[in-house]
Amino acid sequence: MEVSIAVSEAVKLANADVIAAYPITPQTHIVEHLAELVAQGELDAEYVPVESEHSAMSACLGSSAAGARTFTATAGQGLELMHEVVYVASAMRLPIVMAVANRAISSPLSVWGDHSDVMSVRDTGWIQIFVENGQEAVDNTICAFRMAEDARVILPVMVHLDGLHLSHMVEPILLPDQKEVDEFLPQFNYPLPLNPNKPVTMGAFAPPVVFTEAKWAQEMNLEKSKEVILEIWKKFGDKFGRYYNPVECYRCQDCDTLIMTMGSFSETAMMAVDRMRESGQKVGLFRIRLWRPFPYEELRRTVKNAKTIVVLDRAISLGMGGPAASELRNALYPLEKRPKIVGFVGGLGGRDVSPTDFETIIRRGMEIAAGGSNREFEIYGVRE
Amino acid sequence: MSKQTTVDAKERFAPGHRACIGCAEALAVRMVCKVLGDNVIIANATGCMEIVSSQMPFTSWTVPWIHTLFDNTAAVASGIESGLKALTRKGVRDMSGFKVVAMGGDGATLDIGLQALSGAMERGHNMLYICFDNEAYMNTGIQRSSSTPYGAATTTSPAGKASIGQFTWKKNLPAIAAAHDIPYVATACPSYHRDLAMKVKKGMEVKGPAYIQILSPCPTGWRCPTDNAVEVGRAAVQCGMFPLYEVENGKYKINVVPESLKPVAEYLKSQGRFRHLSETDINKIQQKVNQNWGKLKELATN
Repeated sequence: MEVSIAVSEAVKLANADVIAAYPITPQTHIVEHLAELVAQGELDAEYVPVESEHSAMSACLGSSAAGARTFTATAGQGLELMHEVVYVASAMRLPIVMAVANRAISSPLSVWGDHSDVMSVRDTGWIQIFVENGQEAVDNTICAFRMAEDARVILPVMVHLDGLHLSHMVEPILLPDQKEVDEFLPQFNYPLPLNPNKPVTMGAFAPPVVFTEAKWAQEMNLEKSKEVILEIWKKFGDKFGRYYNPVECYRCQDCDTLIMTMGSFSETAMMAVDRMRESGQKVGLFRIRLWRPFPYEELRRTVKNAKTIVVLDRAISLGMGGPAASELRNALYPLEKRPKIVGFVGGLGGRDVSPTDFETIIRRGMEIAAGGSNREFEIYGVRE
Repeated sequence: MSKQTTVDAKERFAPGHRACIGCAEALAVRMVCKVLGDNVIIANATGCMEIVSSQMPFTSWTVPWIHTLFDNTAAVASGIESGLKALTRKGVRDMSGFKVVAMGGDGATLDIGLQALSGAMERGHNMLYICFDNEAYMNTGIQRSSSTPYGAATTTSPAGKASIGQFTWKKNLPAIAAAHDIPYVATACPSYHRDLAMKVKKGMEVKGPAYIQILSPCPTGWRCPTDNAVEVGRAAVQCGMFPLYEVENGKYKINVVPESLKPVAEYLKSQGRFRHLSETDINKIQQKVNQNWGKLKELATN
């Protein structure tokens, strides 16, 4: 099954009430299939074919505030166009679920994948989860609704899947039974929906005397959501047999050198790790799955014995470097024994990164860690 | 007053809001809310009415009300309406008796939110959109919008040696709304409160999108005395600058037909924003108003 189709099937299993969406490559197959499911009467939902992504997220605000289970999907420029609305969803505590088929940002125009769009919404207050394959996309879409709607959380959730490299893959995927999903995912019960029987004012403006407190409350809420996220992943694992963690490790034990990735390239990196292990090198891999709230503790635990960490960022913060590498440095700085962190930027705009490339990146990273470099980061694979 | 247009004594736009003295937009909102009743959900754009009515932790709204952003109110209302439909159909909660009403100023409606409004009208959501038209961005300090009339001085269309002030003619949004083939479009003004109440009632009763544009005189921005916003509104209608009409299923009807249009000069001279206009400028405006009135009458007779 194509991964995009599987995501739509997960939304159907979650029995979403409203889908407001606008087509954009490489996310289009998700909303096309949802439109089809609604048209065939297989999913009882309102499908709102809006005229832009800005209106997609705006309509999602409305339906979620009315108490309806709400889903949308977007990518790249679409996420940019809805940018201001994305902040509002989390600040107003509207538990929308959104799949993002990660895509590069113009210009030059590129419909292909990287993590530039993700990095532009880092600070928006959403729970953000990276998935690596189709099964994870399905499982985490279902989990996302439960996390978002849990009374202790009430926050929107983004599920990031790599555009094309993952969204358009055809893989064997297990779709859970409807009955089991129904047992796992209770009826959405928004605490104070827009309802004339119990009027509420939502979205009042905040003068300076209140604004800081509003942001403080939001931050506390997002930080505290982590324990609920862990609890829900555990419950999902107990029921369906597949467990998820904020930081996922692969052959991390006794490693001098670790590579950090996010998203579907992680599986490619695993192949490089296997090869290097076979040739006797102590190399391992870890991936950030829970991007927000940021998994400080888990990262510190994971890397505590490593001497070198090589990071491959699929985005560039122009004038600064790799954003994920920068966040990792920030997380590890308070440690007394800090590993060296070597940042690479690669896989931009759909450029493939093969297992051999990963081996080259890891080796180059080890060289830089040993000998130093006069650059803060390197862009991998530039054709000169 | 006929029974149909008798309005409710209950206030739903509570006193204590922070509108400027003499604000006819607050008056219009108050009148509108009396007709809307309790079974509504309001989505409000950023703008004067949002700012004066909702400073945390206070609210002037006795009905469910949501504000999110400046440019997206019709889309938010689309989402609410879709949510209510889904919840009702799926048996979660019966929301079938409630109407979604969107509100925005002329900036939020004619300019920055026009795409969202067009989308919502085109998709046919069952919602009433009300534009409170005070003919400029008053909330941010009197900047021109596409609804500002020709010749008006604002802070971004100042009059000067090289400028007449606003150099474009007021955008005709009711015509744009009518071009979407929606069941109900109307213009109104709180100076004609029975007409306004009748139109809001129709907008509520119609199934599908309805658009009402309410001229809301703004003494602060129009530079007129704070005790005559109602008179200024009446003058705008009487001189044909802001005719009151409705378009019901494509059929135009002029609701207030003056025996003969009053000269626009009288209306223009009552406000500081037009103070700089010469006789020639006023004649130019008069010609345009005559022309538009003629077109409207033609539409209403067909």
